[in-house]
Formats: sequence, C-alpha cells, structure tokens
Amino acid sequence: MIQILKLAIRDLGRNRRRSFFSALALGAGVALLLLMASVIDGQYRGALDAAIRLQSGHIQVRAKSFDDDKASLAWEDLVENPTQVAAQIASLPPVLAATPRLYGSGIVASGDQSIGVRIVGVDPASVASAPYRDGVVGGAFVTADDREGIVIGQPLADKAGLKAGDSVQLLVNTSDGDVSEQRFVIRGIYTTHTPGFDEGTVFMPLAKAQAIAKAGDHASVIFVLLKDRDQTSAVVNAVQAGGLQVKTWEQMNSVSLQTEQLSRSYMALLYLIVLGITATVIVNTLIMAVFERTREIGILSAIGMKARSVMAMFFAESAVLAVGGIAMGLVIGGLLVAYASRVGFFIGDVGVTGMLIGDRIYAHLTPRDAVTLVVTAFVVTLLAALYPALLAARMEPVQALRGAE
Amino acid sequence: MEVAKVEHASRVYKIGKVETQALRDVSLSIDSGEFTALVGPSGSGKTTLLQLIGCLDQPTSGRVFINGKDVSTLNRNQRADVRRGAIGFVFQFFALIPTLTAYENVEMPLLLSGQLAADRRARVSQLLEAVDLAERAHHRPDQLSGGQQQRVAIARALSTNPALILADEPTANLDTPNGKQIMDIMARLNRETGVTFVFATHDPRVISYARRVVMLRDGRIVANDGNGMNGVEAVSGELAASVA
Repeated sequence: MIQILKLAIRDLGRNRRRSFFSALALGAGVALLLLMASVIDGQYRGALDAAIRLQSGHIQVRAKSFDDDKASLAWEDLVENPTQVAAQIASLPPVLAATPRLYGSGIVASGDQSIGVRIVGVDPASVASAPYRDGVVGGAFVTADDREGIVIGQPLADKAGLKAGDSVQLLVNTSDGDVSEQRFVIRGIYTTHTPGFDEGTVFMPLAKAQAIAKAGDHASVIFVLLKDRDQTSAVVNAVQAGGLQVKTWEQMNSVSLQTEQLSRSYMALLYLIVLGITATVIVNTLIMAVFERTREIGILSAIGMKARSVMAMFFAESAVLAVGGIAMGLVIGGLLVAYASRVGFFIGDVGVTGMLIGDRIYAHLTPRDAVTLVVTAFVVTLLAALYPALLAARMEPVQALRGAE
Repeated sequence: MEVAKVEHASRVYKIGKVETQALRDVSLSIDSGEFTALVGPSGSGKTTLLQLIGCLDQPTSGRVFINGKDVSTLNRNQRADVRRGAIGFVFQFFALIPTLTAYENVEMPLLLSGQLAADRRARVSQLLEAVDLAERAHHRPDQLSGGQQQRVAIARALSTNPALILADEPTANLDTPNGKQIMDIMARLNRETGVTFVFATHDPRVISYARRVVMLRDGRIVANDGNGMNGVEAVSGELAASVA
C-alpha cells in the first residue's frame, strides 16, 4: 500500500501543474463551501442570539391564558405580582436576570405620520435591558421613574424624521379595550443593528407602561436570561408554578430553528453539487492520466499486477489529490472565514418574517460543519476516481502494451 | 521438463468487421533451460505467440500450458498470478516505469508477490550486480542509456525467479554493441541459472545466439530446428531470404 501511495505521488508529480490545478479546483470548492457553511451558520446563530437577547429571552413565564400573538392586556392574561415572581426566579443560580415586561401595541403620531409600534415596558436598570440601553446612539435611555420619556429605534426615527428631545403623540391600547393618549419626549434613539426589531419597538419604563395601559402592577411576562442556554430544562423544572405557563427559547423561536434545519438540508445538497462539479475536474485529470499511462498499465499488468491493485493506484492518486485539495481549501477557506467572522458582511435590512436578522452577518464555523465538509469532499473525490480506475483495471495487458507501441 | 506448451493454438483479431488471423494451428513445446529464438518477418506471429505463452493473451482456439497447467481458460486475475510467479518479460521498448528508479523497477514484481523487505533488498542487489548496474541502482530510466534500461528490464524479469523469460525483440531499439551486450547477458544467465529464454527477433546476429530456432511465417511454424548451429544457420539463411 505504501508503495502504491509512493507511486501515486510520483505519478502526480509528473505533471505538477495539472495536478496542482486539479487540487486547487477542489480546494476552491472546499473553501467556498466552508465560507458558505460558516456564513449560513453565523446568520442563524446571530438571528437566534438576537431573538433570545432582544425578544424572547431564554425563558418566559406568563399567565396560562397569555397569547403571544394577541398580546392581550386583559388582567386575566397578565402575571400577578410580577416583581415577586421575578425575584424568586432571579434567585435560582443559573439565572442571569429575571425581569417583568409589559407588552402593548400603539401608534406613534408625529406631524402627519402615524406608525404602528410595539410598546415594551421594561426595567431600564435590568441586565436584560442592556442590549437596548447600550445601543443608544442619541440621547439617553429612559430611567425607571421617567413618566414622559420613551426610547425609539433608529429606523423609526429615520422614517419619521425624529431625534432625541423631540415630542411625539403616543396612542396605547389599554387593558379595558380603550386607547390612552399622551405626549412623550423621545429621550433616546437606540440601535441593536437588527432593523426588523428596531423599527417597530418602543421602550418605556415598566411603571409608566403599566399606568398608561391600565394594567395595574401586572406584567405580560417575566423575561428570563440564563447564564448558560443548556440550563434551560433545569430552570424550567424549577420555576413551574401554578397558574403560569413557562415557555422556552426553543418553543418561542421554533420558526427560526426549523428554518435553520431546512437550510442545513439545502447546505448538504449544495455540498454535493459544488463538490460534484470539482470532482469532474479530478475525473478529467485521472482519465487523462489513464490514457497517458496506458503502456505503463500494460507493463504493470504484464509483471503480475492484478486489476484491484491497478484500481488502488488510481484511488491512491485521487486520495492524494483530495488531501492536497482539502488542505488548500482549509487554508483558503480558513482565511476567508476568519475575515468574515471578524469583519462580517453588511446586508442591511433583510426583513425576514419570523426571524430577527442583524444588519451584518458574522461567519461562524462549527467543528461539525468543517469535519462534515472534509469527509464529504474526500469521499466525493475518491468516488470520482471510480470510473478512471475501472477504465485502467479493465485494460487487457496486450492492448495496453500494443496501444503504446 | 516442459516449461511451456502450445497445442493447436490459433488467434484471430477482430478489428471492426475485419478478421486477422495472427496464428494458425500452432503447436510448440519449450523445455526447461532452452534458449530459443522465435524468428520470422514482421506480421509472422512471433509476438502473438509470445503473448499467448506469456498469458498476456488467450488463444481463440487451442490450449496453452505453463508448467503443465492449462492457462487458456484462466480469468484475468488468475493469469496475472501465473505471470507474476512463472514468467518474466523483456520488451522491445525498455518497458520500465519512468517514475521508479532502477532499483524500484526491479523490486516491483517482488512487491507484487508480497516478499519481505529484507529478501527484496538482497534479491534486487544481487540482480543489479548480475546485469552490472549496481552503481546505477538509484537512477531513473531517463537517466539511463537504452542498453542500461534493457538490462534493468532483464533484472526485473528475473526478480521472482521465473521458470521462463519471454523477450520480444529485446535488441531492436539498441545499437550493435548494446544489443550484443544484452544478448551476452541473457545467454550467460541462461547458462548460469538455467532459466529458460524464449525471444522473438528477426535480427540474424541475435538468432546466432539461439540454440533452437522456431521460424514463423503467416501465423504458422514453418521451421522448428533444435539441432545446433547448422540448423540455425539454415534457418537464418531462410530468414534472410524471406526478409530480402
């Protein structure tokens, strides 16, 4: 076997340029797929992280009758004594933050524009509010005792021509089915670099939100962030409480997770298509090698080499090309992934329903993706040698020897 | 002892719809230790007969025996086994593997027969000594002259200790001194080791080395003379006439 491998390396060395470009074709395919896999993984990972960080948290505790889509403010759909419930949850070791939030819907009216928004009442000081608080690009975030201030997203500010310090009229649905109206001052403008979230979400202090929505001291949810996502089940078991429902990040982001799974299937198909194309280059190289070395195949057969060893010789050449090509692909792809994971790609507002896509995608390569790609590339390249190897093995020694004379 | 035997062998090649009869009802027996020349003009069937004896090809009809075993009906892999164990080849075109050194070329049949590294080393060194190429062992074919390449081919043919060595026009691509050197080496190895040589040629100088001459014309054996130089000369004369 070592001898066959040695022979394969030397045979490939006869036409170094051709062998190099064949391996490079495979390398380019591997590098491209490595980048694509990491970008797609990065996109879904980013979308899920954004959804958890900004919208769902790892766990939400809600009233049994709370319906996420309706965002009802009726008292029976809200959590009673939310501060107390949140404090109990926050005392669990795996919990990073547990904070009550009130969700409502309303309209921002400015000049002749009226824009529908989601109003979120938050504890401004909570760790869970950090993504919005730290994303303030103009003015400042609201404080807990602010009764006239709101914070709006940059896309909304741009759309309505608003800036920090401006006043807007805000119409908010209330728990009794009525509408409250009040003039608010825009304290700050924030960005989470997630246009789909920022353009429609307005923050105000929880107490003010409860007051304007006539929700008493109730909250829509207890928003829970964990130190480690893997602790979700343990925390869910610990916070199961009578009269409340507990939702996990997986349940709340099922669309995103299903889309990710679907995209993984497409990615596998893409692997096969791209590697199939690069495999044709390898097939071509090996077929040329078979025709160029017809006489040698005849000689080797004449001195007793069996068909399976002749095949092994071409499989070994394919394996050497695969190793070289994959190595090149890992180096080129590794550099591309390193760049894309640090600098990312700016994509702006993609606006995919059901997912929060950031305005910049950062690549993220998992070891599983890298190993799957390497193994697939190796197997596909080996399979590419099947036809040339059979062609060589089926040559009759006499014809092979005669063909060369 | 009979090393090879051909019984009423015919070989027809079919190219498209055209059939060419390369051998017609040929019977021949080769005994151990012979130094036999197959002679005849181009197209007489010398190479085809060597290929049948060498298990490189199969007769259309008739049978071929190697060491008493009928090889006419063996499959491709079985014939490869026979070739590896019992037959060595020397071709006209210095058939060496260009990417391997002289040493590695000689070693290849030993590798294919699964011999141990130490045994291979000893055998290859001994054979390269025998063909006076020990100092060129690590040169590749393109660094060797035609005569040296053919000597490597002879060493390779001998590597597995075959009972029979078949040489197809072994001197055809060599100048006179190199051709003579090759024939001298083959004759010496035949004398010293007793290995059987059968070679195809139409060169009268090469024929003069043979102790037996089998002459073919139009796919048939027309003379089969094992009676020493007189017989050889007679056949050589006939060959010269046929070539002229």
